[in-house]
Amino acid sequence: MAQRPPSSDLVTSEMPEENDPGTAVVTSNSVSNPGLEPEHQRVTDLDPREEKKAERRIALFFTLSIVGSLIAAVAYVVFPIIPGDMRSVRLNNMFVGLGLAVGLLGVGIGAVNWAKSLMHGHELVEERHPTRGDEETRKTAVEMFSQANKESGFTRRSLVRNTLVGALIATPIPAVVLFRDLAPAKDPIALMKQTMWAEGVRLAKDPSGVPIKASEVTIGSAFHVVPEGLMELEKHRLEEKAKAAVLLMRLPVDELNESAERASWSYQGIVAYSKICTHVGCPVALYEQQTHHLLCPCHQSEFDVANECEVIFGPAARPLPQLPITIDAEGYLVAQSDFTEPVGPSFWEREL
Amino acid sequence: MSKPSRHTGRRHPLMGVLLLVVGLFATGGAYAATSAGIAHAETTPLAAEALVNEGEKLFMANCASCHGMSGEGSEAGPSVIGVGALSVDFQVGTGRMPMAASGPQAAVKPVQFTQPQTDAMAAWVASLAPGPGLPDPQYYDAEGDVANGAELFRVNCAMCHNVAGAGGALTEGKYAPHLRDLQPIHVYAAMVTGPQNMPVFNDMNLSPEEKNDVISYLNYMDENPSVGGFSLGSLGPVSEGLFIWLIGLGGLIAVAIWLTARSN
Repeated sequence: MAQRPPSSDLVTSEMPEENDPGTAVVTSNSVSNPGLEPEHQRVTDLDPREEKKAERRIALFFTLSIVGSLIAAVAYVVFPIIPGDMRSVRLNNMFVGLGLAVGLLGVGIGAVNWAKSLMHGHELVEERHPTRGDEETRKTAVEMFSQANKESGFTRRSLVRNTLVGALIATPIPAVVLFRDLAPAKDPIALMKQTMWAEGVRLAKDPSGVPIKASEVTIGSAFHVVPEGLMELEKHRLEEKAKAAVLLMRLPVDELNESAERASWSYQGIVAYSKICTHVGCPVALYEQQTHHLLCPCHQSEFDVANECEVIFGPAARPLPQLPITIDAEGYLVAQSDFTEPVGPSFWEREL
Repeated sequence: MSKPSRHTGRRHPLMGVLLLVVGLFATGGAYAATSAGIAHAETTPLAAEALVNEGEKLFMANCASCHGMSGEGSEAGPSVIGVGALSVDFQVGTGRMPMAASGPQAAVKPVQFTQPQTDAMAAWVASLAPGPGLPDPQYYDAEGDVANGAELFRVNCAMCHNVAGAGGALTEGKYAPHLRDLQPIHVYAAMVTGPQNMPVFNDMNLSPEEKNDVISYLNYMDENPSVGGFSLGSLGPVSEGLFIWLIGLGGLIAVAIWLTARSN
């Protein structure tokens, strides 16, 4: 804007001839303060019949509210919650809820209608009171402070005052120590790099914990796998499961492309991959048995099981870690070792 | 109790006559059954063969253009050798086969064949090579352990089919269908045969009893509506978020505008 009123004061801004001293160009077409609009007349102000109608409408809302509240009370008795019967909960919730909604909305809508159409509609300007207190109040406040100082000796007894300040400074110290101790005691990085899998640990079904034989995994099968013994853990079972969860699939051997160093990690087309997405750690288990694609439901990362779970779509940065497996003397599937890289999403200290 | 009665029965003078009558009825009945043909399918080898022949004719007329004249498959469709009667019952019984048009996935549509026709085709496909057959009815009676079924469903099925069985999207136009109001035998068949891109859940992975538990869970959800009222398709944060952002927040804005608007 080229020109603005000399000050925010309404009176001076009404005088367009007096230009802002900071403005070099003299302008004479500045907008004058239009002041308040003429008062808006509502139909209820002009027509007594409309006023009567509005009154009846508001009363109707309040009556509806009474009816709604009564319906809610009656519905609670008429549609009781019968333990074990989910339908009864549904009916009870619906009718009690409808009654309460009508009861509360009736009061609200009625009250707002009343204020808008019947209560007086004059527009008025409410002046803000000055923030600065008057001289007398200010003097009394200073007097109170100096008297308090005299009576308590806050400035005179410096030993008491200084030890009080010291005590107040010391109070947050225990909190600092307590909150610091909430951090993991062990180095969390090591925990993120190891799982329950180790040489010879059998692959077991989730949730039953029954170990799986290689002969049971037919072509096209997908097994949701946890390490044997996980279900018997008394502590940190979910934490261990979150790291060790594995999806076991069997592909036709000729459709599986394995690199030389991973050729011994599968068993006759049976492969095991971490179920934890390398993007942000959602469980990846949407397996398509014909295309051999694994889809993560959270952000649509797609992994190709036939090609060592390389990422073929989506935001994941790395392939899913593969669990090297083989069979033991009894034909059960076992892990050859732990995962050879940390499972799940990236973190600062990850080396890859 | 039973000893004396058997004793008298064996020595009853009319016993010989009774045996003769039973024997005559048995031979006569067997003859009638074989000549009646398809009507008593399971009872005689001859009737079973007639059923297989009937199935072969139906297959040649409706399926062979994609699956090959002897079910060996072609570029347009996979081989059906060894898929078993259960697979045919699922694919044809849900209307997925014959496909109306080629696409990423065969969709459910009105069933094209009667149950006897489906059974005939299933018999012919089963005669090509052994494959999964129809299970014992006790394994899909939906009277199993609902709680165990729910846990198995969450572990094995929910990631694709949604925890409430509402279905979900897969890659490149494929999808996991919803699991509402299905015939139990079709749920069982899907787990055993792994139709299209669904993985196979064989009897060593989910035992027949566990399959029945899963069926029972789905049946429970069909019969018990959502406690929370309108479930918005049970799609979770997608539909719920859309509802609250558009209807919920939109409603609040409308109320705010109404509150400050001038009365006329």
